[in-house]
Amino acid sequence: MTSDRYHTRVAFTVVLVTLALTACQREERYFEPPTKAVTPPPVRLSQIQPGAISTDTSIEHKYEDTAYALSEGKRLFGWYNCNGCHANGGGDKGPALMDNVWIYGSKPAQIYSTIVEGRPNGMPSFGGHIPENEVWELVAYVRSLSGLASSGAAPNRADAMQTKKPEGNAEEQKPVNAAPSGASEHP
Amino acid sequence: MIGGVHDVQMPGGAQAQAIVGLWHWLLPICVLVFVAVMIALGLALWRAPRASNDTAPDIASLSKREPKVTRVVIVAVAVSTLLLLVLLAVSVMTDRALAQLPLENALHIELTGYQWWWEARYDDPDPSRMFTTANELHVPVGRPVIVTLVGADVIHSFWVPSLAGKKDLIPGRDTTVSFRADRAGVYRGQCAEFCGYQHAKMALFVIADAPDDYARWADRQRAPAAEPSSDEARRGRDLFLARSCAMCHAINGTSAQARHAPDLTHVASRMTLGAGALENTSSNREAWILDPQQFKPGTNMPPQNIAPQDLAALSAYLASLQ
Repeated sequence: MTSDRYHTRVAFTVVLVTLALTACQREERYFEPPTKAVTPPPVRLSQIQPGAISTDTSIEHKYEDTAYALSEGKRLFGWYNCNGCHANGGGDKGPALMDNVWIYGSKPAQIYSTIVEGRPNGMPSFGGHIPENEVWELVAYVRSLSGLASSGAAPNRADAMQTKKPEGNAEEQKPVNAAPSGASEHP
Repeated sequence: MIGGVHDVQMPGGAQAQAIVGLWHWLLPICVLVFVAVMIALGLALWRAPRASNDTAPDIASLSKREPKVTRVVIVAVAVSTLLLLVLLAVSVMTDRALAQLPLENALHIELTGYQWWWEARYDDPDPSRMFTTANELHVPVGRPVIVTLVGADVIHSFWVPSLAGKKDLIPGRDTTVSFRADRAGVYRGQCAEFCGYQHAKMALFVIADAPDDYARWADRQRAPAAEPSSDEARRGRDLFLARSCAMCHAINGTSAQARHAPDLTHVASRMTLGAGALENTSSNREAWILDPQQFKPGTNMPPQNIAPQDLAALSAYLASLQ
């Protein structure tokens, strides 16, 4: 009986220590330039295709799971004046980014091309002006505004006062694509 | 370490002179006290009664009074009190001397600390005569300077040991520090409050010029960037505006007006790059643009994917910004 209890205790301790150790993984920051340029996959704004419908949606996920990338995205969102039109996600001259409506698609590659190419009616084209890895950081942060990025990695505390829930607490908004894109499924 | 006097004991102005005066009282008194305490400790150890393990403890000695020790303690307390009073008096007098710096006709500078660089705005009653520079202050010899200290992100600390004492830059709570440089020269400053990864590479240079030289420097700083004279430099300017440089840096006289990073209008006139990280030479400039993370890991400037001939043109343009 005593021995049984002893064994239970040992097993319990081993499990606890193992659980604690799994929490010790430290996220790595990457200060070095990416050795190879990240080329986004072809972005389709239309679902009408000749022949077979190809749904290539391979994307960069590493930025969406990285707290450092997301917080850099948040900083750049202010630095590059995204908030000048989109406010802090609620929208102003530009559309809101924290709701579920995506005029030009919610997939990372689609947001990437929206930033790089610009869009009619006001969205400037930032291609060449923002290094590629920073665009990906912005993409990840923009997705975190509507709860599409990892909630564990999204910023939970802003440097300045915010009038909305922190990104890490944002409720996930299932994307609904407005015109002109037909691709509405979550990547 | 790149250039400049960085030594409390080599004062270059009235404030630092007052502080070094305090130092000349503090150091000998503290050394004296330290030596006296060590001698007393040595004597006590030397005179301590020694006994072997077998000797029975002398309990009777516990109830005896020790008249000599009482006297020594009284004398030591009196001497300590006296010395502390002397230090107090000298500190108060130093503080008064610091507060009595005449501030008529002072130069006003607003210095903002960022992770990890300094932005300096030279104020003027006439707004068109104000100008902004970074990581390097020029001040006229003999004229008092009032620096308003602003913390932009975290707490930093202004510390130019050869000119003034330390003062913190606290976000949301502006403070001022005033000093006067009495000798021309280059004085090195350093952020003195741990402010993150690159705290150590957050230097500030204060260059004290003769008043005429200062006036010439200030006039040049007020002017917008000159139109580049060579084809290469012109191409460099176009690259600067077309690439990511213009997203964060400002160059007056061009469409680059972002204010997130050091103002580059007259970058070639400065001694260093990256707030004292590198000397401002053309090879260092190119290496810095290519990969600043190599010299200052964590800095907000991203590495650039740029062709060698474009880099040379960009560097030529920046070199023309005198």
